[in-house]
Amino acid sequence: MTQDIARKPIYLDYSSTTPIDPRVAEKMIPFITEHFGNPASRSHSFGWTAEKGVEEAREEVAKLVNADPREIVWTSGATESNNLAIKGASHFYSAKGKHILTVATEHKCVIDSFRELEREGYTATYLEPEPNGLVDLEKFKKAIRPDTVLASVMFVNNEIGVIQDIEALGNICREQKVIFHVDAAQATGKVNIDLEKLPVDLMSFSAHKTYGPKGIGALYVRRKPRIRIEAQMHGGGHERGMRSGTLATHQIVGMGEAFRIARVEMQLENERIRKLRDKLLHGLQDMEEVYVNGDLKQRIPHNLNISFNYVEGESLIMAVKDIAVSSGSACTSASLEPSYVLRALGRSDELAHSSIRFSIGRYTTEADVDFTIQLLKEKIQKLRDLSPLWDMFKDGIDISKVEWAAH
Amino acid sequence: MTEKVYFDHNATTAIDKKVLEVMMPYLEMQQGNPTSQHSFGRHARTAIEEAREQVALAIHAHPAEVIFTSGGTEANNMIVHGAAIKNAQSTLVRSNIEHPCVSRPMEAMTQQGWHQDLLKVNHEGLISKEAYKNINANNIGLVSVMLANNETGAIQDMSNLSNFAKEKKALSHTDAVQAFGKIDVRFDEMYIDAMTLSSHKIYGPQGVGALILNKRSDIEPLIYGGGQEKNLRSGTENIAAIVGFGKACELISESMKVTAIRTRELQKTLEISLKELGAVIFSENVARLSNTTFFAFKDIEGSTLLTALDKKGFAVASGSACSSVNKEPSHVLLAMGIEEDLARSALRISFGNQNTIHEVKDFMETLKQELQTLKQLTAIAA
Repeated sequence: MTQDIARKPIYLDYSSTTPIDPRVAEKMIPFITEHFGNPASRSHSFGWTAEKGVEEAREEVAKLVNADPREIVWTSGATESNNLAIKGASHFYSAKGKHILTVATEHKCVIDSFRELEREGYTATYLEPEPNGLVDLEKFKKAIRPDTVLASVMFVNNEIGVIQDIEALGNICREQKVIFHVDAAQATGKVNIDLEKLPVDLMSFSAHKTYGPKGIGALYVRRKPRIRIEAQMHGGGHERGMRSGTLATHQIVGMGEAFRIARVEMQLENERIRKLRDKLLHGLQDMEEVYVNGDLKQRIPHNLNISFNYVEGESLIMAVKDIAVSSGSACTSASLEPSYVLRALGRSDELAHSSIRFSIGRYTTEADVDFTIQLLKEKIQKLRDLSPLWDMFKDGIDISKVEWAAH
Repeated sequence: MTEKVYFDHNATTAIDKKVLEVMMPYLEMQQGNPTSQHSFGRHARTAIEEAREQVALAIHAHPAEVIFTSGGTEANNMIVHGAAIKNAQSTLVRSNIEHPCVSRPMEAMTQQGWHQDLLKVNHEGLISKEAYKNINANNIGLVSVMLANNETGAIQDMSNLSNFAKEKKALSHTDAVQAFGKIDVRFDEMYIDAMTLSSHKIYGPQGVGALILNKRSDIEPLIYGGGQEKNLRSGTENIAAIVGFGKACELISESMKVTAIRTRELQKTLEISLKELGAVIFSENVARLSNTTFFAFKDIEGSTLLTALDKKGFAVASGSACSSVNKEPSHVLLAMGIEEDLARSALRISFGNQNTIHEVKDFMETLKQELQTLKQLTAIAA
């Protein structure tokens, strides 16, 4: 533990979670210490001050995505938002039908919400994306059936950072009268989101991926045309009955400030981050047998996901301890299964295993990137020197054709 | 701010400075996602597990029985929904004074094929043994009775609940959100399967709570995803709040007894004066939280008095904060058979560890004046 503190690794895992921006923390503290009232307490000023903080934050969240504050429902995070949107809308509109549609590369909490609905008797389609990670519009259109009630597609993929064509997908849903939900947890502060123009009915947000606190998120629920959802959490009737439970005022205030900063600084920050990412990409691409996962153009500048061929995944992670990165999504990284996202792109188990997701953020410096390039080059070389597979590859043997003897 | 007096601790409490101190590093410094394998992630994971132990220790449960949630509401929804799904078409039993986050999810289940049966409280707000005998259903998915009521503070006998659950082979649950930190709550000695806790009622941060679930009990999750909290509650852990909740649990265990003695003194002083002025005190003569007084003056509307008191700097409540949006009389009082007019007059005072006897005396002075003014106004109107 002391060693961890003495030499902190370089943090390149911003898609997993971000630190709280100091400006956000500053705004949160008074709501922990002074304005601690319950925002639902209508009878005294402690409650009113808290309520005011909550409503101002709601406006900030709405502003970032050009929505009406009344369309923003607070939740405990994007996982809850996704659960609420998918199960809540599918239940409410179940009279239309019981078919639901999503993409195989969605976040675990979308997939698992779909699985739960399947247990309840719904039929689900998990559309395979193209090898670049993007959804083919024609295939999406064909997957919609007369009884399709809801489709869910994430804005930006958490592992490979590709940006889906939400407008086109939304238009298809509108034509077919399908409720369209978008998980935008990885998109806020990284891509422009204009809900006045986008044909999206429900959209999930998270604070801790955008320099806000953990434990708070929001669901956008369109008012015109009005979308209804069945509550998943019942109680005091907070959030117009869509989500009960005492609101964590300081967390909400933090999310508001984080989204305000994102709105103001997004453009400049993206430019700076793009330069760092491109530098990292060019630095790593010098090596042999490296593969970028996911489309490079239709992608947020923050993400670089690379597979290093002929390197064993676990030893790779151990070898690059001086940088904090992910192999696959953090939420499933406790398991040794290769990333299901990369598998869905058609990557082999080996390439999926030997992938690293670098995610760059607000506090990444050029020196961090230089260090990372150097570290990777050195370690990959070392690991390959130890690898019999690398030797075989160098000798010109096609490993996929080798028939291994059983032990 | 400094001159205001806060008598609404059953709604929410101010965070303890020591709690804030342990939270600050998690708000200010680089932190990992607890599921991540790098050192940032592992550090976050360790912090969460330490907090889990602190919570477990405070209520005499095993750390593995603690499931962190976004608060009491979620924990209550989770047990109702999770137990119901495990036991299709069963009957869900609850008292008729439960918090809406127990009663509403049960009502929602009745629209999907489940049944609901109510344990009725008596005039003092308690569920008698006889009340349990009136439940005839046999296939019971869950029986839920709150430990201490948020409005009256009345404390239920948990052995009645556990005996009933045992006899019916039903899963038992208590919402201990209001009781925890005010009376000794021992999960290991209550012989019930599940219990709900909330952080912001014990000087911890808002936005975190826990469901304590007996290791032998099996329920379905409410929120699906990354599989956190042993697959029972997905979603990236709210580290700062969890760490704060852990510390709050540790602190409350140390201070509870002293605070209870102090608030009992305040309560006595308050209630003697209130009765002198002619107030009715609800659940007056039963086991009751030492910090809670729910009272009414006949013919004086609660909301009017409350607004007047707030102007003078006293924050009190007219019932539970969650329902203060609507103007319905307290459902708890109606369940106790209190007539609607009197119920509409009800005000709740809930003390905390910072309140003083001077504040109570100042309050009584103000209350006397306000009552006089209101009575004069009523006389004129009449």
